[in-house]
Amino acid sequence: MQFGIFSVGDVTADPTTGRTPSEAERIRAMVAIAEKAEEVGLDVFATGEHHNPPFVPSSPTTMLGYLAARTERLILSTATTLITTNDPVKIAEDFAMLQHLAGGRVDLTMGRGNTGPVYPWFGKDIRDGIPLAVENYNLLHRLWREDVVDWEGRHRTPLQSFTSTPRPLDGVPPFVWHGSIRSPEIAEQAAFYGDGFFANNIFWPKDHFQRLIALYRRRYEHYGHGSADQAIVGLGGQVFMRKNSQDAVREFRPYFDNAPVYGHGPSLEEFTEETPLTVGSPQQVIDRTLAFRDHFGDYQRQLFLMDHAGLPLKTVLEQLDLLGEEVVPVLRREFAKGRPAHVPDAPTHASLVAAKARAGAGAQARAGEPEGAR
Amino acid sequence: MTTRTLAVVSAGLGRPSSTRLLADRLAAAAEGALRERGSDVAVEPVDLRDHAHALVDNLLTGFPAAPLRAVVEAVTGADGLIAVTPIFNASYSGLFKTFFDVLDKDALEGRPVLIGATGGTARHSLALDHSVRPMLAYLRANVVPTGVYAASEDWGSGGDGALTERVDRAGAELAGLIEGRAPAGRPDPYADPVPFAEMLAAGRSPS
Repeated sequence: MQFGIFSVGDVTADPTTGRTPSEAERIRAMVAIAEKAEEVGLDVFATGEHHNPPFVPSSPTTMLGYLAARTERLILSTATTLITTNDPVKIAEDFAMLQHLAGGRVDLTMGRGNTGPVYPWFGKDIRDGIPLAVENYNLLHRLWREDVVDWEGRHRTPLQSFTSTPRPLDGVPPFVWHGSIRSPEIAEQAAFYGDGFFANNIFWPKDHFQRLIALYRRRYEHYGHGSADQAIVGLGGQVFMRKNSQDAVREFRPYFDNAPVYGHGPSLEEFTEETPLTVGSPQQVIDRTLAFRDHFGDYQRQLFLMDHAGLPLKTVLEQLDLLGEEVVPVLRREFAKGRPAHVPDAPTHASLVAAKARAGAGAQARAGEPEGAR
Repeated sequence: MTTRTLAVVSAGLGRPSSTRLLADRLAAAAEGALRERGSDVAVEPVDLRDHAHALVDNLLTGFPAAPLRAVVEAVTGADGLIAVTPIFNASYSGLFKTFFDVLDKDALEGRPVLIGATGGTARHSLALDHSVRPMLAYLRANVVPTGVYAASEDWGSGGDGALTERVDRAGAELAGLIEGRAPAGRPDPYADPVPFAEMLAAGRSPS
């Protein structure tokens, strides 16, 4: 099982001091946070993609390319890559290049983006969100798997005899997750391709995500990629920890109360009750996170949102120490217990290369068999 | 015998509330008319006052807390809806509007709805037709022709029985619409998703 963090990349005033970091500070902080993630033994760092203030990460592969050079083991990912407003050709090129530079330590999560005005800035319309996600990903999927592509669709100029370069590292495209908060169409899409499904798991109650993930698992099996419990599920989560839970609540409350997304709405206690947000001791975070398996089945990737709502870098780094030292080792141990052998880990570049070699060897072996033996 | 469900939403703020009182009378009239036609009836009363904080939270967080979600599901899953608001500043109350603002835009499509309103004087009665009815038209609900407005005078001896007559007429109209329709049941996109091949093909056909 993989553990990591995902960052929205918001530039938000610290409500306890009123101080707003500069974009330069925030970008450097994201890099420091990603490096810390590797240092404390996490597996994944994923950056958001936004094209409007107050967010900084408009150019994910630039940041991830820099991080690729600064890290050794960390898987570099996105949360999410906008499959609607980005040209799928540019996604194919950018992430293949990143994959080469990072030695395969790359995967990505497709998302639609929910900010209406962003779409027309890129020549699109938010009302086409689902059709864009469907068509663009279909093209991206082909660009990484077919050396020469002839293609025609509704949302982009046609391609004739087009080759996306560089070709994916070792002929193996980066693994793709599809992220969604609400849309059954995206769960269906992920299932169709046998890709991963990443449930945001932050903004809605768990029974909502249960039916979304149940749909994905059922349809994954329907499309013949494996049994439902072998589908590749990732979950978000949101935590704030201190040794004593009262300290965690006291320190986090002003950040919660003024958070850009849900601030000035439900109380911290109500939101904790309704959603997977956990504010408390490391043990509370462990208990709550372990319960995700009861709700959603054995899964492959757990990402936490740690740096948001104006939390200072120093605090976030302390949180990552707690996560890496006290929480994740226990989660690794406990999630491994009773995990059925046929439930796979999240695909990595190495596992996909191995799977490709096996498939190739299998095809060769079958080709060499006498007719009667088939 | 078919059981028909009636959600009865009141945005009244007082306790007791004249808006709730009107809602109950409309519900009784519709229930009576449905029973006369041979249906069983289950009435689901909803006082939005009980969910006022949760409604604002829903606006801010984008999702309904569990108790509000149960209400939303009961209302959007009912065979018929009775929706009654006090008239504030010549329109529906903010609380009433907020409830409809958190519903999915197609959640009430084709649904039989009876609208009612209360106010201090009869001079505001057209608010039903210039604000409540257009909002439900936008939601593509099927609103019965008779909207029922009750002013203070309708509750006192000044009333001439006309309120009862309007209530009964509106209730019968709602029952008629409900009768003419298969029991409510919306397709569940999480249980029956659109197959991916259809989504892909839809994108390819010119629109």
